[in-house]
Amino acid sequence: MLFNYLLRLGDDRLVLGHRLSEWCGHGPILEEDIAAANIALDLLGQASMFLKYAGEVEGKGRDADALAYWRDETQFRNVQLVELPNGDYGFTILRQFLVSAWAYHHLGALAASADETLAGMAAKALKETRYHLRHSAEWVVRLGDGTDESHGRMQRALDELWPWTGELSWQHEVDAALRSEGIVPDLAALRGPFEAMAKEQFARATLVLPDGPMRMTGGRLGRHTEHLGHMLAEMQIVARSHPGAQW
Amino acid sequence: MSEPTQPKGSDDPAQVAAFEARIARGETIEPKDWMPERYRRQLVRMMSQHAHSEVVGMLPEGNWITRAPSLRRKISLLAKVQDEAGHGLYIYCGTETLGVDRAELIDQLLAGTAKYSSIFNYPTLTWADMGAIGWLVDGAAIVNQTMLAHASFGPYARAMVRICKEENFHKRQGYEIMATLAAGTPAQKAMAQDALDRWWWPSLMMFGPSDKESPNSAELLRWKIKQKGNDELRQRFVNLTVPQAAAIGLHIPDPLLTLDKETGDWEFGPIDWNEFMQVISGNGPCNRERLAARRKAHADGAWVRDAAVAHAAKDAARSAA
Repeated sequence: MLFNYLLRLGDDRLVLGHRLSEWCGHGPILEEDIAAANIALDLLGQASMFLKYAGEVEGKGRDADALAYWRDETQFRNVQLVELPNGDYGFTILRQFLVSAWAYHHLGALAASADETLAGMAAKALKETRYHLRHSAEWVVRLGDGTDESHGRMQRALDELWPWTGELSWQHEVDAALRSEGIVPDLAALRGPFEAMAKEQFARATLVLPDGPMRMTGGRLGRHTEHLGHMLAEMQIVARSHPGAQW
Repeated sequence: MSEPTQPKGSDDPAQVAAFEARIARGETIEPKDWMPERYRRQLVRMMSQHAHSEVVGMLPEGNWITRAPSLRRKISLLAKVQDEAGHGLYIYCGTETLGVDRAELIDQLLAGTAKYSSIFNYPTLTWADMGAIGWLVDGAAIVNQTMLAHASFGPYARAMVRICKEENFHKRQGYEIMATLAAGTPAQKAMAQDALDRWWWPSLMMFGPSDKESPNSAELLRWKIKQKGNDELRQRFVNLTVPQAAAIGLHIPDPLLTLDKETGDWEFGPIDWNEFMQVISGNGPCNRERLAARRKAHADGAWVRDAAVAHAAKDAARSAA
């Protein structure tokens, strides 16, 4: 159960960190190349930490690399939101804001976990997440409130991305079991504060939250969009071409 | 009638003499000090080429971030490329002390009128290239920049001190990638050797043409922007690198490489300067791709930059109201 939950935490960060790293060298301004790489580095560091612990909890001798490079897409437990292709910089930064705002609440709650290792990791990741949240929130306002073009792009990005956020608070028996032991929080209780934070920021950015339905989900069960397989094919190609090799 | 103005490039001989005396005494020139127009232009040329090289240099290594074979390698490669962005930014800021702004320099890069290090016009074909670039390209850059850390222009010299520290770390990281591959499976070792074969000669070309052929060398040496000639620096790099290759069991692809026991120098075979000229004239393997990638990033990011400016103006208007 805890193994499964740690995969969620690790995979969300691995996949989003990978997506952000795709911007490196191609950003809109040098300062943002640096900032996006900073966030990607934090996320990949967090992914390594959670996946390492997942491997220890599983107890089958798999380390973080084995979990990152030798699982297929159906064994990944990230939300679909993070695997979507980057789109334009507005789409990327808006997604970053949504994920960071969720992580801010989620990690904050996990820092009180009855599992001390998990609590410590969550507290460490939370510090980094505060910076990600501030940086992405500032850009959401800058771009939402910038020019007519940037406003239009950001509103379209929000219309596209918001329905994917339903999955962030999706729960099933893994959550119920771990919740009963005080290891993880009730995600439903985090939904309100998350939405309040998002709405406040979108108001400052002159963006309107869409009111349509949330999209169907499945990432936590290993059912992904068509994009993840392509991403993993690229990410895993070198490691898988040389079984048993050390790097 | 207006005052006669000093035409560019023909400075007052008395001021030039005083300036050259300062250089001769080993003094550091700071942005507010008087300097000959040629000195300023040489610095802008060198510093902007250096900054462009950092930024274009992000592309060949960026090509492997998404395929790095372990999490540790992925993180360290991404951090390295991020450092290069930081170096580019830092040196662009240095050129601003000479009265040239970043936007102008970037326009020159995108227009294809500014140069950057020719080595970044070669493709990165395997993971081992990440090792070879760190070891050889950063290694060659360190030899050059350690010398530039004593340059007569203060902001450039200080930038080099800081950048060299990080480049040393990159070089060790690259060499460690190569050492790991060379000690790995037969396929990994072959990958490492292939990377060395492809990157060796372009690395030697990084120091530029022989001083006899280099149009800028004499002036740069006289003004102590550079302290050593291209050939001397190249020789130092070869002397440092040959034993490093031997230590990890890789073979330098030069049949004429021999140790001169009297001087201690590793004598190397002739460099194909025709290839170098081809690459710096835009006909290298990736010149078009590198510039196209920079142009695309710049064009795709225009709306983001415009929005940031517009939002800042709105913010300023709101707080003034």
